[in-house]
Amino acid sequence: MKKVLSLCLAMAMVFSLTACSGSGEGTETTAAAAETTAAAAEDETTAAADEETTAAADGETTAAAASGEGTFKIGGIGPTTGSAAVYGTAVANAAELAVQEINAAGGINGYQVELNFQDDENNAEKSVNAYNVLKDWGAQMLLGTVTSTPCVAVAAETYNDNMFQLTPSGTAVECLTYDNAFRVCFSDPTQGTVSAQYIAENGLASKIYVIYDSSDVYSSGIYQAFAAEAENQGLEIVGSGAFTADNKTDFSVQLQQAKDAGAEMIFLPIYYTEASIILTQADSLGFAPLFFGCDGMDGVLNVDNFDTSLADGLMFLTPFSPTAEDEVTQSFVAAYESAFGETPNQFAADAYDGIYAIKAAAEQAGLTPDMSVSDICEAMKVAMTEITLAGTTSESLTWNADGEPNKAPRVVEIQNGAYELLAQ
Amino acid sequence: MKNISKTTKSNCITFGIVILAYIIAEALIQTGHMSSLMEGIMVPLCVYVIAAVSLNLIVGVLGELSLGHAGFMCVGAFSSAFFSKCMMTSSMPEGLRFFLALLISAATAAVFGILIGIPVLRLKGDYLAIVTLAFGEIIKNVLNAFYVGLDSAGFHFSMKDAIALDMEAGGTIIINGAQGITGTPRSSTFTIGIILILITLFVVLNLMNSRDGRAIMAIRDNRIAAESIGINITKYKLMAFTISAALAGTAGALYAHNLSTLTASPNNFGYNQSIMILVFVVLGGIGNIRGSVIAAVVLTLLPELLRFLNDYRMLIYAIVLIALMIFNWSPKCIAFRERHSLKDLLKGKKNTKEV
Amino acid sequence: MSFISYLISGISLGSVYAIIALGYTMVYGIARMLNFAHGDIIMVGAFVAFTVSSTLGMNAALGVVAAIVVCTVLGLTVERVAYKPLRQAPSLAVLITAIGVSYLLQNLALLIFGANPKSFTSVVPVPALKLAGGQLTISGVTIVTIVVSIIVVVVLSLFVKKTRAGRAMQAVSEDRGAAQLMGINVNGTIALTFAIGSALAAVAGVLLCSAYPTLTPYIGSMPGIKAFVAAVFGGIGSIPGAMIGGILLGVIENLSKAYISSQLSDAIVFAVLILVLLIRPTGIFGKPLNEKV
Repeated sequence: MKKVLSLCLAMAMVFSLTACSGSGEGTETTAAAAETTAAAAEDETTAAADEETTAAADGETTAAAASGEGTFKIGGIGPTTGSAAVYGTAVANAAELAVQEINAAGGINGYQVELNFQDDENNAEKSVNAYNVLKDWGAQMLLGTVTSTPCVAVAAETYNDNMFQLTPSGTAVECLTYDNAFRVCFSDPTQGTVSAQYIAENGLASKIYVIYDSSDVYSSGIYQAFAAEAENQGLEIVGSGAFTADNKTDFSVQLQQAKDAGAEMIFLPIYYTEASIILTQADSLGFAPLFFGCDGMDGVLNVDNFDTSLADGLMFLTPFSPTAEDEVTQSFVAAYESAFGETPNQFAADAYDGIYAIKAAAEQAGLTPDMSVSDICEAMKVAMTEITLAGTTSESLTWNADGEPNKAPRVVEIQNGAYELLAQ
Repeated sequence: MKNISKTTKSNCITFGIVILAYIIAEALIQTGHMSSLMEGIMVPLCVYVIAAVSLNLIVGVLGELSLGHAGFMCVGAFSSAFFSKCMMTSSMPEGLRFFLALLISAATAAVFGILIGIPVLRLKGDYLAIVTLAFGEIIKNVLNAFYVGLDSAGFHFSMKDAIALDMEAGGTIIINGAQGITGTPRSSTFTIGIILILITLFVVLNLMNSRDGRAIMAIRDNRIAAESIGINITKYKLMAFTISAALAGTAGALYAHNLSTLTASPNNFGYNQSIMILVFVVLGGIGNIRGSVIAAVVLTLLPELLRFLNDYRMLIYAIVLIALMIFNWSPKCIAFRERHSLKDLLKGKKNTKEV
Repeated sequence: MSFISYLISGISLGSVYAIIALGYTMVYGIARMLNFAHGDIIMVGAFVAFTVSSTLGMNAALGVVAAIVVCTVLGLTVERVAYKPLRQAPSLAVLITAIGVSYLLQNLALLIFGANPKSFTSVVPVPALKLAGGQLTISGVTIVTIVVSIIVVVVLSLFVKKTRAGRAMQAVSEDRGAAQLMGINVNGTIALTFAIGSALAAVAGVLLCSAYPTLTPYIGSMPGIKAFVAAVFGGIGSIPGAMIGGILLGVIENLSKAYISSQLSDAIVFAVLILVLLIRPTGIFGKPLNEKV
């Protein structure tokens, strides 16, 4: 009997939390259910659960539709909890910032913009749930998802519904399988290839060791492209040390291997969190090769309490640099810092550009909020290839019909604790 | 006689609940009254119900603690997705392909169930728990470093990276290490999920009420006594593990064919997932199959229904979990419930009904 | 030379596992529960040390002391609120509660400190040791970690063997009912065990983050699981077992990373665990289980 009671309690909790006004009702359900026999109680509760949830969801949809008259509804998905929360939070913050700016300046085509950002815990299954929540809310376009694996799963869903999708940072090739999906960031192969070309052209090193996260789509994707291009360019990869998400705090073994192999450069197609550990550990081993990274490296100077002198000489390929002097970047960085108290990273920049790209394309296509999701998507697909955006990640961003952005990669070197843009 | 009819009745109620829930949900979907979220979560609900019921076979019926159930799901998911992906270009009809994929997932997971069942024969309690946890982590870890490609020369395997596959131009990489399998056909539907739940319930409930099931429960209650009356411990333990693994494997196949991407990441097949399934079982009542079904549904829905709390969602979830456990098991709470609950009322009703 | 280097970093990693495993093993030995939240207490310890020494800019030693105090109080509170009411409940119910506590601590830390990783400044002022003409460098943290873990094991062993409270612990772990009949305060002893385990977790947290300087709300979970494995390895409930198990685990992990595959090191560690348990079903130092008819 206590099982039934506990389940009733759980349900009562759910209801009292879900339906604000319906909390009284929830308790009544429990009481009523508890009075009947055990079996019937469970039966009724389940049925009641079904009904009530749908009722609550229906209520929300209608309420949203009523209040959403004449506004564009943009959905966002990314991890704001869980171990990838740092990326999702940056995107959520920057997108919110861009939406506020746009609304303050009169909106898109004179209509205000609403943003609803949902958490997916960097889990494909949760991401699809989040997407369905956004559909119930009435989202017309999607900014997301932030991470690659969920992005591939959600892209299949948006394709079914023919909803326009712009991922700020889903780098995997498969994110753009369908023509309704675009991205702001570089794809993995592009970054790997460009890095290898840059290293070879500038004669930075000939013996390279790669440390990459084999459990991460982004990192292993870049590694594969880099290794392929390095061979073409005559660079020697003296070894590679993979690590996994469960094993990303100790790099002494990989560094020792690199040292033994006589590597002149360590290529790090990984995120800055792990890179900051690698730099610290290399220092404590007394090993000082050149380090070269990709756009995930951006933000390394902002790791709380990180000894930035260790990063001196670190080079990385990035479309965004918070110290760039163009006006767009400057005003974005200033606004972001004052709103959230930290320097924006490349994810934030991609999201900020993403919202502005949606604005530009929507204006190009002359969209109005009363159009259907599918019509918006069709119009946006065309308009995206026609716009040129002066954004934070490039002064002139354009897109091709595959959804890939055209932007020049910039190489940044860290000198005396600051990012310095290197000439191409 | 009365005893048997009681279990039969109870089983019928369990099936009834599932079928009734299906009819209600399907009616709501057909009439367009169900939100996209609820519609989208139907297949995952089926996945977790099957996983919870199959784990209950090990935890509740066999009485052993397993922390590696997600490993069996993972095996089932990858083997079936691999098969479907290979067969996608052939002319096989989708229904048959998915049916075969389900059989393959069950068979592969069953083989792993036997493999993990062997150490079970020597270990007990928490030591067994850690071995099953280790097993789940090994599966996940190995799959993350596993590369399979297909080109005109046949299959290529590697445990290092995709470059080591040494593929011809035009070949496709089927399992790409941590990137897993992408582009799995989406064959899972709510109806198939419900059918699988009913099959799972049928298998487990029938097993529990059979001679074999009673032998397994005898091992749980007293191994030495069971052995002394001639019950073959090895056989029955392996049997429970294998059946449970096979069912979890089909849950994995259902999962794999519901999303177009399949990766063995810590958050879908790691020990956290195994523990989540265990939570369903414990909360629903150890050995109580119907409880597992309901707990799996409630606890899968809970984080989704708490979405409006944003970042506080998982915090509330954790508090609900602790509160439920204390409410259920703390002596003070039990005493409180006995004093203040509606038990007397219930008893009165129950008696009148049973008479 | 590089082999020695791998070995030393393995021992260092293993020493951290050993300190965490000690907490696991003591709590298990006495309360008979798998405290899955132990890994997250490590995380809390590291965050407290970080806040005191880096954010507030106070002395690093003060940070360590603060971490120990906060974790001890936290351990006692968790024990009192979440575990004590469930003392008579089936072990699975307690296990699930511990998991709930683990989620609770992770999500609280996420809300308070945010998801941005923080770089933990090493609290160890010892300089690196250079041997063999600079070919072999042993960092200061490594030396301190190994030394601290040895001290902890020796002190704990003496405490358990020689003091009244320690003997009470042994008695409770042997037979709770009989210990109570002999006038031992069982609840007090269990609380004391939690306090010691949590204090050790704080130390482990500081050492872990000094050696691998990143700090997020999730850093505790994987080392926690590995330490759990280490405790089982050595025979759960045994103090020298936890030490040996931890170090073996660290060394196996590092050597397999170096010589077999850096991606499969976890799989190898777990496979070795299964093999050890097949040969010795209760771990290296575990007491054989006697079945009563």
